[in-house]
Amino acid sequence: MATSFSRQQTLRRWAPYLFISPFFVLFAVFGLFPLLFSIWLSLHSWDAASGLESMRWVGLENYIFAITDPWFHKSLWNTLWYAVMAGVPQHLVAVPLAFFIHTTLKRSRNAVIGAYFVPYITSSVAIALIFSTLLAKDSGVVNALIGSPVDWLGNATFAKPAIAFVVFWRFLGWNLVLYLSALQVIDETLYEAATLDGAGRWQQFRHITLPLLRPMMYFAITLTIIGNLQLFEEPFILVDPESGITPAVMTTAMFMYRVAFSDGDFGTASAISWLLFLVIAALTWGNSRLFGKSGASDVGR
Amino acid sequence: MFSKWLQAAAGLSVSLLCSLCNAQAAQQQNTAVTNAVTTITVATFPDLDRAAKAALPRWNALHPNVTVKVLSLQYPDHHTAMTAALATGAGLPDVMAIDLRFIAKFAASRGLEALDAPPYNALTLRDRFAGYTFAQATTPQGTLVAMPTDIGPGTLLYRKDLIEKAGLTEADLTLSWESFIEAGKKLKAATGAYLLADSSDIRDIVLRSGLKDGEGIYFDQQGKVLVEGPRFRRAFELAREARRAGIDAHAVAWTNGWVAGFRQNKLATQMMGAWLAGHLKNWLAPDTAGQWRSTTLPGGTWASYGGSFYAIPKKAIHKAEAWEFIRFMTTDPETQLGSLRTLDAFPALLEAQQDAIFDEPIAFLGGQRARLLWRDIAGKVPSIPVHRLDAMATDVIRFEYEEVVAQGKDIGEALRDARVLIERRANRLAGAKPVKGN
Repeated sequence: MATSFSRQQTLRRWAPYLFISPFFVLFAVFGLFPLLFSIWLSLHSWDAASGLESMRWVGLENYIFAITDPWFHKSLWNTLWYAVMAGVPQHLVAVPLAFFIHTTLKRSRNAVIGAYFVPYITSSVAIALIFSTLLAKDSGVVNALIGSPVDWLGNATFAKPAIAFVVFWRFLGWNLVLYLSALQVIDETLYEAATLDGAGRWQQFRHITLPLLRPMMYFAITLTIIGNLQLFEEPFILVDPESGITPAVMTTAMFMYRVAFSDGDFGTASAISWLLFLVIAALTWGNSRLFGKSGASDVGR
Repeated sequence: MFSKWLQAAAGLSVSLLCSLCNAQAAQQQNTAVTNAVTTITVATFPDLDRAAKAALPRWNALHPNVTVKVLSLQYPDHHTAMTAALATGAGLPDVMAIDLRFIAKFAASRGLEALDAPPYNALTLRDRFAGYTFAQATTPQGTLVAMPTDIGPGTLLYRKDLIEKAGLTEADLTLSWESFIEAGKKLKAATGAYLLADSSDIRDIVLRSGLKDGEGIYFDQQGKVLVEGPRFRRAFELAREARRAGIDAHAVAWTNGWVAGFRQNKLATQMMGAWLAGHLKNWLAPDTAGQWRSTTLPGGTWASYGGSFYAIPKKAIHKAEAWEFIRFMTTDPETQLGSLRTLDAFPALLEAQQDAIFDEPIAFLGGQRARLLWRDIAGKVPSIPVHRLDAMATDVIRFEYEEVVAQGKDIGEALRDARVLIERRANRLAGAKPVKGN
């Protein structure tokens, strides 16, 4: 009797842990282990095809190689270029667009938001197919419109803006939804009071909407920074890897992938991923210094 | 960043887990049926898998005690899976199909059986195969790691109708690179068609011609980087001349633009392995049947494109049976000819090349007996040693070439930058190997 009671006690005690364990087991296997292993790996030289026994301790050599490599510099420059050229317009367009939709559209509102949001949830392979068809050199619609055969995806000078546009197009809707949700919680009475005071639409936008959107801007820009610095899919599938322009348009994430899976150098690839992490952390910190501090305190300034 | 890295790592872990279970399951199965039937696994990729599958009925008749299981993944997935399998030593097949591009990389892993050593002694078979194939499967240390099964003699396929319309002959195309480019200008003026899909096609062939003995394409025997030499300079110059003359369509092979070029009669030639004729006939441009002809590459160049091999991993379970199967696929003329009939795979085995089928006219090529030409070409392709960093060097050269033609970079400067980039990587990976022995 006593034993069965204590067994029941033990069961009761451990059951919650048992029930919650699947998450922790999966996280440990697929989250924590790869994370720690990649730190470990970044300090080793390892040719994946040669087996685990070929791992050799090299200290910071992988980091030094990456930091001094011309292609790494190029990839970092490209990544920052995309982050600015695709990231800044996203917000410059999304904020006024959200304000316009919020204040002007009534019945068509949801349809319009939906239309902008669709690219965000579309598979990137479908996007790549559509854009490589639109931007094709000899048969593309874009070249038919402008009347000259621009080699959009085969020449680095044009491929970078083309890729930045695709990224902008894809994430505009996402930012739009973020800003719309922030607009909805702004108290209507602020606008009513401003109207009574004789403030025009621009003044309302400038002095009420923008300051109150600041917390959401902080959030949205943080996501954009992280997302754009990890940019991989769009350039990876839009530009043919067999063509010579890949290194000219590749992002750091693509460079990392290439070092790992094409050169078979997983140690350096891990080091690159941690270097990129440092860049993202630094920029996110800078962003929080810029946008994060203030917020609601600016109301009615 | 690292979410991408995590995904990759997680993917790797999953595949590791799976391969572990597979290996275990396979082992259990094997112990259970030791006395009856042995099952060997052959890991391969399309279209090569069709060759193995087509040969199975005859194999089963000859070897009732050994069943063959063909596991096929898409081309890139197969080679990624085999990289992972070699890395972990788990989930390895008994027979591994390898494309030419991956041979040097896999050979460097030291995870493949040395086929030149007993019990295989494959060097005794050397004279039975197209001469250059064994060099492609041999490591710098002289170990043979795989057996050739099909090859791609390099040929210039051209549209007879378009060439004639421009008042040109085959000789204009093949005499020299200069006459080839000149012909391109006339063709463009007369028909509006491009002579070449991409100017880099010229680059890739010219840098394969005129190699000194023992030289690889990018590295010599001592591992010295060769890209600043006259061979590369000439390759870059000729290709740039073609680009400047406006005779290439800026269409890299296997892209949509390339396919469209064939279908819209905008591409008049393509230099490629002889197997491209089969692709043109089957899906690229079936409507152009009868218009194509095959000839030698311009300027007296002999080169090969691609090729498939079979290897045995060191950790394979049934090595004897695996070797038996590889011999059946590669040294049995009937199997080799079966592959030719099934998927137009050009046999690496010389005996198979003597079959009557080589005299047959090919309807797609306007009745040309092109296989005789291809056999002749295959006999003249020189042996070029491969290096495990060839793929990386190719990437660097492609990039620097693009800088030259699209950004106007000086060729000397581009080749110097290429050398620096390749040396950086080569020195590193060379240093990564243990200094003494294995």
